Amino acid sequence: MSALRVLVGCKRVIDYAVRVRVKPDKTGVFTDGVKHSMNPFDEIAMEEAIRMKEKKLASEIIVVSCGPIQCQETLRTALAMGGDRAIHVQVDGKEYEGLQPFHVSKILAKIAQEEKVDLLILGKQAIDDDCNQTGQMTAAILDWPQATFASKVEIDNGSLKVLREIDGGLENIKVKLPAVVTTDLRLNEPRYATLPNIMKAKKKPLTTKKPSDYAVDISPRQEVLSVEDPPVREAGQKVESVEQLVQKLRDAGLIVS
Amino acid sequence: MAATLSRVGNIAAKLLKSHVYISNQCRFIGDSWINGSCIDPTLGLSDEQKQIQKVAIDFARNEMYPNMARWDQEEIFPLDVLQKAAGLGFGAVYCREKYGGTGLSRMDASIIFEALSQGCTSTTAYISIHNMCVWMIDEFGNDELRQKWIPQLATMEKLASYCLTEPDHGSDAANLTTSAKQKGDHFIINGAKAFISGGQDTDMNLVMCRTGEKGPKGISCILVEKGSPGLSFGKKEKKIGWNSQPTRAVIFDNCKVPVSNLVGQLGDGFKIAMRGLNGGRVNIASCSLGAAQSSLELARDHVKVRKQFGKHLEHFQHLQFKLAEMATKLVVSRNMVRMAATALDKNWPEKVSLCSMAKYFATEECFKICNQALQIHGGYGYLKDYAVQQYMRDSRVHEILEGTNEIMRVLISRDLLEDRKYS
Repeated sequence: MSALRVLVGCKRVIDYAVRVRVKPDKTGVFTDGVKHSMNPFDEIAMEEAIRMKEKKLASEIIVVSCGPIQCQETLRTALAMGGDRAIHVQVDGKEYEGLQPFHVSKILAKIAQEEKVDLLILGKQAIDDDCNQTGQMTAAILDWPQATFASKVEIDNGSLKVLREIDGGLENIKVKLPAVVTTDLRLNEPRYATLPNIMKAKKKPLTTKKPSDYAVDISPRQEVLSVEDPPVREAGQKVESVEQLVQKLRDAGLIVS
Repeated sequence: MAATLSRVGNIAAKLLKSHVYISNQCRFIGDSWINGSCIDPTLGLSDEQKQIQKVAIDFARNEMYPNMARWDQEEIFPLDVLQKAAGLGFGAVYCREKYGGTGLSRMDASIIFEALSQGCTSTTAYISIHNMCVWMIDEFGNDELRQKWIPQLATMEKLASYCLTEPDHGSDAANLTTSAKQKGDHFIINGAKAFISGGQDTDMNLVMCRTGEKGPKGISCILVEKGSPGLSFGKKEKKIGWNSQPTRAVIFDNCKVPVSNLVGQLGDGFKIAMRGLNGGRVNIASCSLGAAQSSLELARDHVKVRKQFGKHLEHFQHLQFKLAEMATKLVVSRNMVRMAATALDKNWPEKVSLCSMAKYFATEECFKICNQALQIHGGYGYLKDYAVQQYMRDSRVHEILEGTNEIMRVLISRDLLEDRKYS
């Protein structure tokens, strides 16, 4: 089988080190003037694609991001890491607030078909909304096999051997290409973009599109009623004996009485 | 809930990378509130500069910050991290790409050193000195020296030291006495250099030697490779800060070096040394900016959690005003440093005095900021468990080296008072 054409999704999210603050009107969290970076699971997806290309198993890496103009910074980072070209599907303001995995997966599926890609690598979830839906939905729309939560991926003559992280441990599966893979934390350790590659990334092609270019209707299917802080942790209690502890746990309904 | 869990998992992964995690250092460089604040170091930068800065900040927070206390206390010169940094292009930032440099500007270099020094000021300061030396080869060396040295210096597989100061000639460098006499196709060097950063642990030394008349015009720059016959080193100095890089005297006893190791022409040494230092001064001032930025961030975080007299320190007007002054002086220092970097990039005739102003102003003000940040921490600031003291100790020496701040004043006043020389 010839080298693969790979599509990688790169979401721009609030940086993992930022302490997220809920807006007083409970419509969402503060994003203005807040440090953003590439979703860490997408960085892992990028790294996996680049390693495939370095081994000559992939021929081209296309990176895509859906969101406001600032997503282009994230795409430039992806290009500096080793992507070949970028597609920015611009979605702004209110529309972006209502953008759901359902919409993004339709856009990704359309791009995957247009670009004739063999492999779609996505992060298993984004660290902002933690949906963990986009990869699965995209596979469903394309009717391609999916290999989610990958911690090892090997290309094997038109198929992928994927080691998956599942609740009970690890699972080995084989999927036929084309396929959708979503990355788990232990798949690889992403590289830093080097300074020379940052300079070269400026010259790599970045195309801007709109959801309507892919005939995707992004009108919201769900409404966010309220975004709230998790409850503040309350002070604990000291107990005198094991019996008392068991009693308290029983009273709280935490163990079967 | 899920969001919090994945965030924790992710942070755990980042911490695993660095192996060592010091419990008190639970904050991140470039924390949430910096972005969009008046001390945000990205203010006024181009998109590309922001990208470069982001890589440097990420590197500082993942690879350096978790280790800086250990490097300091155990006096570790972290060669692996230096080489990893060089792998991203930090080893020869402003050298031409032709021989293996990264080909960026002095402004870019300043942004990088400022960002890295938030992770460890001492280690970054050595990287900046190394950069200065590689640039001297790139700018003044012949093709043979460039081809031999720049590729391995850029990757930091080989490291460089800058040797100008002598035990008896610090500020009075133009009267240095280490001599190099030509004998056939070799120089025979005799004398000693003091306070050499990296001494003995580096692979090559750029040594300013007297090859001719008295004064600056009789000085030449000679590359002395590690292992040259007659080259030895003094004991490792005990220092207040800068403990992640060794400092030693470098001693030449009939040290034999091939004539082909001459950098530039005979008699050019002082000019080469000073040209190198112009950039070196901007670099070291940039390292002070990083130390001050981190110290101010730490102080600000501290006043928000520390309570005295029944209220958080942030509600005391004295401390509010203090923080405002520190922030203003930090931003003014940064502007001065970036202006000097621009002067070098654009080769303005005023570059020498502007670099001197940047070095004197930024290193003094930034040291004060670190020191005041320590004061705001109270007794905790004096403990080595808190990072602020290390920024203070590491940045103190910036007022002394690369030309003392007194010499900076000499250069600035000379620019004001003497008739301008047109060259």
